[in-house]
Amino acid sequence: MNSQLTPGIAPARLGADELAENFSDLHAPLEPHEAAVAADRCYFCHDAPCVTACPSDIDIPLFIRQISTGTPEAAAKTIFDMNILGGMCARVCPTEDLCEEVCVREVAEGKPVEIGRLQRYATDKLMATGVHPFTRAALTGKTIAVVGAGPAGLSCAHRLAMLGHDVTIYDAMPKAGGLNEYGIASYKSTDDFAAREVAWLTSIGGITIENGKTLGADLTLDSLADTFDAVFLGVGLGGVNALGAPGDDKDGVTDAVSFIRELRQANDLSTLPIGRNVVVIGGGMTAVDAAVQSKLLGAEQVTIAYRRGREAMSASRYEQDLAASHGVKLMFNVMPKAVRGNGAAAEVELEYTTVTDGALAGTGETLRIAADQVFRAIGQTLNTDAGLDLEGRKIAVNETGRTSRAGVWAGGDCASGGDDLTVTAVAEGRDAAMDMHAVLMK
Amino acid sequence: MADLTTDFLGIKSPNPFWLASAPPTDKEYNVRRAFEAGWGGVVWKTLGSEGPPVVNVNGPRYGVIHGADRRVLGLNNIELITDRDLQTNLDEITRVKADYPDRAIIVSIMVPCEEQAWKDILPKVEATGADGIELNFGCPHGMSERGMGAAVGQVPEYIEMVTRWCKQYYSKPVIVKLTPNITDIRKPAEAARRGGADAVSLINTINSIVSVDLDTMSPHPSIDGKGTHGGYCGPAVKPIALSMVSEIARAPATAGLPISGIGGVTTWRDAAEYITMGCGNVQVCTAAMTYGFKIVQEMISGLSQWMDEKGHTSIQDFMGAAVPNTTDWQYLNLNYISKASISQDDCIKCGRCYAACEDTSHQAIAMSEDRTFSVIDEECVACNLCVEVCPVENCITMVEQQPGTVDPRTGKVVSDDYANWTTHPNNPGAVAAE
Repeated sequence: MNSQLTPGIAPARLGADELAENFSDLHAPLEPHEAAVAADRCYFCHDAPCVTACPSDIDIPLFIRQISTGTPEAAAKTIFDMNILGGMCARVCPTEDLCEEVCVREVAEGKPVEIGRLQRYATDKLMATGVHPFTRAALTGKTIAVVGAGPAGLSCAHRLAMLGHDVTIYDAMPKAGGLNEYGIASYKSTDDFAAREVAWLTSIGGITIENGKTLGADLTLDSLADTFDAVFLGVGLGGVNALGAPGDDKDGVTDAVSFIRELRQANDLSTLPIGRNVVVIGGGMTAVDAAVQSKLLGAEQVTIAYRRGREAMSASRYEQDLAASHGVKLMFNVMPKAVRGNGAAAEVELEYTTVTDGALAGTGETLRIAADQVFRAIGQTLNTDAGLDLEGRKIAVNETGRTSRAGVWAGGDCASGGDDLTVTAVAEGRDAAMDMHAVLMK
Repeated sequence: MADLTTDFLGIKSPNPFWLASAPPTDKEYNVRRAFEAGWGGVVWKTLGSEGPPVVNVNGPRYGVIHGADRRVLGLNNIELITDRDLQTNLDEITRVKADYPDRAIIVSIMVPCEEQAWKDILPKVEATGADGIELNFGCPHGMSERGMGAAVGQVPEYIEMVTRWCKQYYSKPVIVKLTPNITDIRKPAEAARRGGADAVSLINTINSIVSVDLDTMSPHPSIDGKGTHGGYCGPAVKPIALSMVSEIARAPATAGLPISGIGGVTTWRDAAEYITMGCGNVQVCTAAMTYGFKIVQEMISGLSQWMDEKGHTSIQDFMGAAVPNTTDWQYLNLNYISKASISQDDCIKCGRCYAACEDTSHQAIAMSEDRTFSVIDEECVACNLCVEVCPVENCITMVEQQPGTVDPRTGKVVSDDYANWTTHPNNPGAVAAE
């Protein structure tokens, strides 16, 4: 029987019951009465700031009022009109940085209307009926290829199918969902929600998903462009940045996204090995998800090492506090200097940093912390540009997702513009679909 | 600490908070516990004639209008008068009064509109030692179908007649409880006074159907698929009751008639307002039925604190203080001009004032790109809607325009002369200003 003190990387540090408890829903769904009370706090603001802050432009005051009058199904329809992945967004959106940050009650009282939880309440209610609330328009005869079954691709495909087009989605992974299925913390998507959402979304009809098809390997953009009337790329960012420090290749040094993916797909959490001492290098949501889940699997010491200050961290303060509340130590202004160990990682050597005129530099002072396992969470990169123009390191697109190649649109994390958020990807997929429709039906 | 004792018709009680005639005062057990909790008095639930008592329905008796978080805003009931034996009630009243001589016990009575019926019951009630009686001329459901309750209260002649019988066959104070289900509340009050009533109490409950079940198509509460109107009470009825109280306090024919105020008294503040409108005490029911007897502690402490803050040493100090300031619309000063003013420090930028004014009123609030909301004085008629819909208390206030300044809306200089509709040039019946 292993414990938190078992040296090295080992499975089953915690008992099955504790693991199950740790990986249950992060936020319990609202009960009907809780939802009524929470909904009643909404002031139904004029030209509401929350709507402005929502990347997918959901009419938040309207859906909350619909909840308060006992029609959560109508509320869900209001949400899905703008964001067909409103169920997942309700679970993963950093609402503290978006709608809830600007809620007038947050500004006035420091306690916003619980928009995210209310959205989950409404969307769960409708999805539980098993009824899909949208129907397809008359078929157009147009066919469209969507590459990537993540939030952008699914959103785009649903909107296109609704408008009467036939869509084929290609995805490299064995299951659809993209980061919803493989890339977010388990406790944010319990009970196989990502897969259920895909099934519910595609039940509108007109969407075929082909798994195990990778752009650049199994598919080429040229052939897709020849075969289909239009193409949407929502391939995400498949590559992971290296540490750029000696020892990156030692045993125990892995990508945080791989760890998260394996955890999400694990049938038995007690078979998942985790280090006694875990260090996560990075400062985004992936870093937080990896660190917190390491702790929940039973790691004794978990540290997030971020090279800049707290304010520069892309994980929100809420996420930082979530990590801290689970016992994760947050270290700021330290960068990896080397991973040390005899074959397998044993320590991470970190160097303190300062920022001068925006430029990061080591101070020369270093420290070492024990590390059986090191997760890289320092950003992801585009796997293939498919011959398209880039903006920075992403596919260049205009505001409706058009790429440099006619007939090819792109959205989500692989495309320029917008934050790398699920909700942003959904909005970009939706808007690209509307533009594709306009172009195809001209 | 302020002295809360009241002397209503010579009936002393340690505070002005009485429990109204209703389910909470139906029996000895309740009333003893109410007195232990601190209530100043009770009006015992209405007694009927000797003989087989009335029966109540065996299904639901109440329906409610809920506010946020199921806060009870309005309560509807279809319960009748006491369904217990007359003698049982009389015995209990006698015992409780003997044990609580410092508390007021009033006995509510409803018997048929026949002299003999009153002649029979009044001596029995007198024998209990209770401090007075209250005539239930208000119950709007069930009993009214049998010619009692509101059926009597809606006919001033009957009120006068029965009140006279009571004064004839009963030696202690007689309070007449009025129904609001009538066009002009002054008429039954005048009748009560003519009959010799010592006081009126109001209001009884208002005819109401709180909701319809959209599945069964039955009014709520539903008895085997059918519903009937009940009597409405609770916080929702307070404005209606307060207005009726003010009319009786103001009318020359009824001015000075003692009033026991009833209708949605939920906090000390409600009670204070009723007293300023001329009431000698208040009666409470829904608040107790919602929260239990303990709420009287808040009423006592709150009223006492407010009186201390205002320097009132007794209830008499402020009783009726708002009556002279309650007038007819035609006497309101049309030269008084105010404008809404939004405190930018307090504004949370919800925009409700803007939506309300822009969509439904006078387009007198401007909204900037950065969600700064400001009043357009040229358009503001001081309607107060923005003040009332603003979720932040005192964020929007009405500022009086000083005489001598120009009202930007009309371009006229604000006058400090009092001028009302009776002298206004637009009034076809205007009389010359003095």
